[in-house]
Amino acid sequence: MVVYGVALLALCMLVGIFLGELLGSLIGVQANVGGVGIAMLLLLILTNLSSHKLKLNPVSKTGVAFWSAMYIPIVVAMAAKQNVVAALSSGWLAVVAGVAAVIVSFAMIPVMARLGSGKPAPEDEA
Amino acid sequence: MIEDAFTRVLTANSIITAFVFVGGLTWISYLISTRLTRGHIHGSAIAITLGLVLAYFGGVLTGGSKGVADYSLLAGVGILGGAMFRDFAIVATAFGADLGAIKKAGFVAALSVVLGVILSFTVGAVVAVAFGYHDAVSITTIGAGAATYIVGPVTGTALGAGSDVIALSVAAGLIKSVLVMVATPFIAPKIGLDNPQSALIYGGLMGTTSGVAGGLAATDPKLVPYGAMTATFYTGVGCLLAPSVLFLLVRALMGQ
Repeated sequence: MVVYGVALLALCMLVGIFLGELLGSLIGVQANVGGVGIAMLLLLILTNLSSHKLKLNPVSKTGVAFWSAMYIPIVVAMAAKQNVVAALSSGWLAVVAGVAAVIVSFAMIPVMARLGSGKPAPEDEA
Repeated sequence: MIEDAFTRVLTANSIITAFVFVGGLTWISYLISTRLTRGHIHGSAIAITLGLVLAYFGGVLTGGSKGVADYSLLAGVGILGGAMFRDFAIVATAFGADLGAIKKAGFVAALSVVLGVILSFTVGAVVAVAFGYHDAVSITTIGAGAATYIVGPVTGTALGAGSDVIALSVAAGLIKSVLVMVATPFIAPKIGLDNPQSALIYGGLMGTTSGVAGGLAATDPKLVPYGAMTATFYTGVGCLLAPSVLFLLVRALMGQ
């Protein structure tokens, strides 16, 4: 049944966000700490369990697959509801801070990726 | 009479209207992608950019803060594009992701979240100082905003920053989020953003959930679960570090 897939997805999200809320108040932060990430791990682990009782049949899987495929349309809707005017009209400080943060973060990605794969930095290879 | 009925139907079925709106926008975007760019720029990248452009005009014309969703006819776009559906779809993308890749890169991914917060915060704080802010509370709030537009106001409120500074911090975070959405597909080949591990790191360093969600969707949808997973920890870590350790550091550095 398709609804089993949708319900499992929904349950994972609720449990994950609940745990994220708990984690947030535990460390004294007014924010959800990783709720969605926990939900994703939960879904991954549950659907990877070898137990036959928990295995989703192909029809149930389409309940999850549909929402996964709806991801891009939802992101397009998300883009269309952003407060772009506020972002662009609040002066140079915000623009410079935002742009500089993005540039520096982008630049760090190859560095961290090299660290993760255990390869030496290019300087060392030369 | 026909116009009234039309408006009534569209507003009463707002999410359904949003499906048609997004479907139409996507169709136009893929048309532009194949006809005008010969497929060089991905259709979803164009759709996201078009969405942002429409959001800009929606904001200018209505004076609201929710882009096109401030038109009552398009209120459903606000719901479909809101945090609830966004997070639901993000969780769904985890289905079929490679658990092994996540385990393998787990440590670097976690490290990239902490480093990402500190990096963006530092950049934002330095810019704040360069623009003439000298009090630790304002500098910290703007630095926090450069992390994400949620960390900024949470930090500012906790430290008692002025509402103008909080607004600036939100704006810095919005700029970051919009730029990440638009720029990621162009930068991705240059920084090796083409595998699960680099996507995990990307999510951790960028941190803006909406930016990462949009950026990866436009680059390679297969990478979405990895980037989104780490990004969702970023705001929490930011809210933890910015008003505490980072604020104390800024205060010490400013000699206050």
